Amino acid sequence: MMIQLSWVDFLLLAIYAVFTMGIGFVLKESVKSSDDFFLSGRAIPAWITGLAFLSANLGAQEVIGMAASGAKYGIMTSHFYWVGAVPAMLFVGVFMIPFYYGSKARSVPEYLKMRFDEKTRGLNAISFAVMTIFSSGISMYAMGLLLESLLGWNHHFSIWFSAAFVLAYIFLGGLTSAIYNEVMQFFLIVAGFIPLVFLGLRDVGGWAGLTTRLEKVSTANGFGPGAYTHAWSYMGTPQQNPMGVEWFGLAMGLGFVLSFGYWCTDFLVVQRAMAANSMSAARRTPLIAAIPKMIFPFLVIVPGMIAIALTYQSGSSNFALPKKPDGTFNYDLAIPMMMVQYFPSGMLGLGLTALLASFMSGMAGNVTAFNTVWTYDIYQAYIKKDGDDRHYLNVGRQATVFGIVASIGAAYLAASFNNIMDMLQLVFAFVNAPLFATFLLGMFWKRATGHGAFIGLLSGTLAAAIHHGLTLPNGATAGIKGGWMGATHMYSSEMAQNFWTAIWAWTTCFVVTIVVSLLTRPKPDDELRGLVYSLTPRLSDEGLSWYQKPGIVAIGVLILILGLNLVFM
Amino acid sequence: MNLDIRLPIGLMFALFGAILMVYGLASDPAQYARSLGINMNLNWGGVMLVTGLILLYFGRRAGSKA
Repeated sequence: MMIQLSWVDFLLLAIYAVFTMGIGFVLKESVKSSDDFFLSGRAIPAWITGLAFLSANLGAQEVIGMAASGAKYGIMTSHFYWVGAVPAMLFVGVFMIPFYYGSKARSVPEYLKMRFDEKTRGLNAISFAVMTIFSSGISMYAMGLLLESLLGWNHHFSIWFSAAFVLAYIFLGGLTSAIYNEVMQFFLIVAGFIPLVFLGLRDVGGWAGLTTRLEKVSTANGFGPGAYTHAWSYMGTPQQNPMGVEWFGLAMGLGFVLSFGYWCTDFLVVQRAMAANSMSAARRTPLIAAIPKMIFPFLVIVPGMIAIALTYQSGSSNFALPKKPDGTFNYDLAIPMMMVQYFPSGMLGLGLTALLASFMSGMAGNVTAFNTVWTYDIYQAYIKKDGDDRHYLNVGRQATVFGIVASIGAAYLAASFNNIMDMLQLVFAFVNAPLFATFLLGMFWKRATGHGAFIGLLSGTLAAAIHHGLTLPNGATAGIKGGWMGATHMYSSEMAQNFWTAIWAWTTCFVVTIVVSLLTRPKPDDELRGLVYSLTPRLSDEGLSWYQKPGIVAIGVLILILGLNLVFM
Repeated sequence: MNLDIRLPIGLMFALFGAILMVYGLASDPAQYARSLGINMNLNWGGVMLVTGLILLYFGRRAGSKA
């Protein structure tokens, strides 16, 4: 199914492009040092870094993927927000930013170097750099395919055009350009998705109508009637809910290990907080982000739920999810197809601009994180230690070009070798899973040593691989899905297997880091001041208004999150 | 920073809103069957225009104070 855009849709797209480039040109004037380019001169107010913190993660893959999960799993998808992301964001803001920002580290790997040692930094920097390039390549490829199937645009054109576009605005304005465009994208996504949810809900007969229709979906798929509209009630055993996960695996695997691992240690998001103009603004960055994050399920998950509800029992619009050639639903098309269904020309241009903006800014986020880690943690650490600032600014601009070109390469690799990409993503998952244990011990236990951290990380990754090799989701064949060492345990779903892989990796890393640390020589206290909780003076909240105090904001958000979980129990 | 982010976003939203409203007034009402009989261009264009103007107002006010 191909759609024809009208002139008004193209007009909106063109205006967006002009504004994005215009911002890059205006900001070019303020980029004078490497600090300006990589960290926005640490001069951005909290509400902007906050929205950027949220949007850097809100790539189109996330938006489209969350709607797809909404269609597949129903309201349970909100666990990614209400159990996963939001508590992790509160934790990083209240407890971890003081060390990231206070240490004056310019990147997350650099913090590891200050806290532990060179090899721990190197391991993290190199794996992070490779991962960001591949994830930006994979999302570029996904965007190319989507635009080709929806609009008939040649996917080579989409890949090269978007790459050139993102390159230009980062090259000009550095991190500030990326952050400004992330904020713009936030507004566009909200403006594009509210009308979509509004029209969709109207079509199904409001929330009540959606609930009744989803009962049919639940029973047709062999679950209790409320399985798609209750977040917790069907989580006693994995067999009761469409996600195939029980509450413990979800709370520990997704809530604790994976979400904290991502939001608290991933430089892509932490970089936004590091760009804030003060310690208090840096701490508020993730807290401000947590507030819209809490509400986002209604914008990105509910459309997917509406899509599946209408597919089983159509409304006045006759909307239905398309199927793939193998007969299963193509969940990823939930958002684009709903836009095509409900939006007239004009609104369609707005919806498309919002999706494209989130593709672009997702890519820009990866590229800005990559060029910083490359320049500070790889180039300056191993290739040329003593250049002047001008030199590193130039290296950063070159790294931007290199990062984009490498992403394009990754996009084409994804196009021709699907299996390689699946395998790489698996390896990244193994590498990421144990990270949070290292940071937690690093920041809160001064006895943790560099050898402990390094060996702990490697063991955690190994544990993840072994667990994956020994288990298999039901119905899968041994290979990329697991079980390549002989399946000794079956999980009820791939998601349950992922969560438990993460739990094993985290626990192994945690235990091994402690044991090895106790056997090796600790760093002297003097070198750890400002890097570890017990050796850092408490920050004072005095002089801040109540809404600026991290503790109070965090408790407020926590109460709201608890409320949301109870309402959708 | 020498550019208040509210200015470009406000301006863009105001432009988007104005375009959607004009298009909504001029276009064939039949095409709003897909948006369940609601002229989304006109209505949502209005919301975007107002949002844009509010952002511009605050952006300008902050700029003139500094």
